Amino acid sequence: MSAALASAVPVWRRRRLQVSQEWLLLLGIVALVIVVGLVNPRFLALRNLQTILLGNAYIAVAAIGMSMVIISGNIDISIGSLIGVLATVSGSLAVAGVPLGLSWLIPILLGVVAMSIMGAFVAYLNIPAIVVTLGMMSVLKGGLISVTNGVWISNLPPGFLLAQEKVFGVVPMPVFLMVVLTVAAAWWMRNTSAGRSMYAVGGNVEAARLCGYHRQRTLMMIFAVHGLFAGVAAVLFATQLSVIQSSVPANLEMTIITASVVGGVSILGGTGTVIGSTLAAILIAAIANSLVFVNISPFWLRAVQGTLILVTVLADILRRRRRAKAR
Amino acid sequence: MNSTQTQPAPRGRYVPPRFRLAAHESILGIILVVVLIALGFLTDRFLTVDNLLNQARLMAEVSLLALPMTYVIITGGIDLSVGSMVGLSAILLGYSWHNWGFPLGLSIVFALAVGTLAGFANGWFITRIRVPPLIMTIATMALYRGFAEGISQAHSVRGYPDWFYIVGQGDALGVPTQLWIVLVAIIVFAVVLKRTVYGRALYAMGFNEIATRFSGLSVDRIKLLAYTASGLMSGLAAFIFVSRVSTTRSDMGMGMELDAIAAVVLGGTSIFGGTGSIGGTVLGLVLIQLLKNGLALTGVKGDATIMVIGSVLILSIVITNFAQRERYADR
Repeated sequence: MSAALASAVPVWRRRRLQVSQEWLLLLGIVALVIVVGLVNPRFLALRNLQTILLGNAYIAVAAIGMSMVIISGNIDISIGSLIGVLATVSGSLAVAGVPLGLSWLIPILLGVVAMSIMGAFVAYLNIPAIVVTLGMMSVLKGGLISVTNGVWISNLPPGFLLAQEKVFGVVPMPVFLMVVLTVAAAWWMRNTSAGRSMYAVGGNVEAARLCGYHRQRTLMMIFAVHGLFAGVAAVLFATQLSVIQSSVPANLEMTIITASVVGGVSILGGTGTVIGSTLAAILIAAIANSLVFVNISPFWLRAVQGTLILVTVLADILRRRRRAKAR
Repeated sequence: MNSTQTQPAPRGRYVPPRFRLAAHESILGIILVVVLIALGFLTDRFLTVDNLLNQARLMAEVSLLALPMTYVIITGGIDLSVGSMVGLSAILLGYSWHNWGFPLGLSIVFALAVGTLAGFANGWFITRIRVPPLIMTIATMALYRGFAEGISQAHSVRGYPDWFYIVGQGDALGVPTQLWIVLVAIIVFAVVLKRTVYGRALYAMGFNEIATRFSGLSVDRIKLLAYTASGLMSGLAAFIFVSRVSTTRSDMGMGMELDAIAAVVLGGTSIFGGTGSIGGTVLGLVLIQLLKNGLALTGVKGDATIMVIGSVLILSIVITNFAQRERYADR
C-alpha cells in the first residue's frame, strides 16, 4: 500500500532538488529569444512574437489532452485528422447559417463523442490505443477528403474568427484560451482525485487498482477530456484564417506528440505536467519561426524536432536512473 | 507500450499459439477469397493477370517493410521510423550519385548501408539505453525525415541511367522484377522465424522477456538484429521505390510505416508481442492491396478506400480479441 501511494505522490514534490522540465523549457525559450534577437533584431518585433503564439495556440491546447493520454500510458495518432474533421464541421456549420456559438460548440461535443468511442475500444475491449487510433486516423482522413472533395471553406460569417477577437482589448482570444486552459488543466491534474487517477493508472495499474481507482473509467474519462481539448483546438484552428483548408498541416499529430514529450510527459510512467507541454509547444513554434531569421533552411526543422525529442527522452531516462541509484 | 500492464492476464485453458494463429490465418484466407470473388463480379478489369501483377509491383515496398516489422512487433516492440528510413535512404541514394559523384552501383550499396545504420541506431538506443521503442522510433521518424529534407532541401533527383530501372519497372520471366526480390525475402523471413533458434527466440521474448533473459538468450542482441533488419529492408525498399518511380524525393515513404503496421496487425500478429506469422502478414498485405485496387476499379474514390481499410483493421482486431477471449474463458 505504501508503495502504491508513493507512485501517486506528485512528482514535483519528489523532484524538488532538481531543475524541473518546466523551468528548463522556460529558460530555453528566453535563451532562444535573446540569441536569435541578437542575431536578427527583426525576430523581436511584437508582430512576429504574436504570430508565433497566435498560430500555434491550437497545438498547445491539443497537447494538453495528448499529455493526459500519454501520462496514462496510451497514445493518440488520430488527433491531426480529428482536428481537420472538426474544423471542417465548424466552418460548414457557420457557413450554413448556424448561430456562431453553436458552430463552435458542436465540434467540441463531437470531439468528446469521437474520443469517447476510441476510449471505449481501449478501455473495455483492451485494444492498444496505437491500433485503434491508427485505424481511426484512416477513417477520419479518408472521410474528410471524400466528403469535402478537397474544397476549401470560405465566405465565413463575420465574427466567426476567434483569432481576431481580443480579451480585455489586448490579449488575442486563442492565446487567452491557451493560457487559461493550461492553468486550469494543470490545477485539475494536480489537485483533484480525478486528476491524480491519471498519473496513478499510468504509473502502476495494479497499485492504482488497490488504491480504489477504476482503470476502465479513468481511461474513458481521459479520452473524453482529450476529445474536449481536441475540439477546442479544432475550433481555434478553424477560426484562424478566412479559409479552412480540407487538410491539416502534415504530421500535425507528430507535432502535438512532440510538444507533450518534450514538455516532460513520460511514456515510461505517470509523470509530466501540461504546463511543460504548453511551454514546449511555444518553444517548438519559436524554433520553427526563428530558423528563417538566422538563415537556416526551414527544411531542417523536422531534424531539429527529432533531436529535441531524443534529447528530452535520454535526459529523462538518465535522470530516472540516477534517482534509482540514489535510493 | 505498457503492454504488460494493459493486457489482463489470460485465464483458463492454455491454447498453443500455433493453433490460434492458424485459425486467424484461415479466417483471413476466407475473407480474401470472398473479396476476390466479390470484386471479380463487380468489375471485369480486376481479375486479370496484368492487373494483379501490377498490384504486386505496387505493393513491393510496403511488403519489404512489413516483414521485419512482423519480427519487431512479435518481440513486443514497434518501429514507426521505417517510412522515414525509406525517405533518408532514397535521398542519399540520389544525392550521393548526383551531387557527390558516386558511381550509381556504389550509391545503391550506400543507401542500403544508410538504412542499416539507421535501423541499428534505433536498436542500439532501445537495447542499451532502454528507450521505449515507440518513443525512440517517433523521435527518429522525425529525425530521419528531417535529415532527408535538410540534405535534399526538397530538391528531387532524376535522370538515372536505363539499367537502374530494371528492378522497379522491368520484368523477369514474365513477372515484375521486384516481385522476385519480395518472394525471396518472404521465404527467408518465414524460414528464419519458424525454423531457427533466432526465430523461436523472437516469440519467447515477446511472450516473456524476463524469462527469456533468464533462459540464457541474449535478448538485447536479438532485438538489435530485428531493428537493424528493419533498417536494411527500408534501404532495399527505398532502392526499389526510386527505381519504380524514376525520381528521388524527400517525402518518399511518408505514411508507409502505418501501411506496414496495418498489414502486420491485420495478419494476426498481436501488438502485445509473442504471436504472429509471416504468412499472416503476407495475407494482410495482399488483402489491403486488393481492397485498395478493387474498390478503386469499382469507382470508389481513393480516400473512401482508406476509410474501408481503417475499419477493416479495427474490426479484425475486435473479432480476434473476442475469439481469443472465448477460447481462454471456456472453462
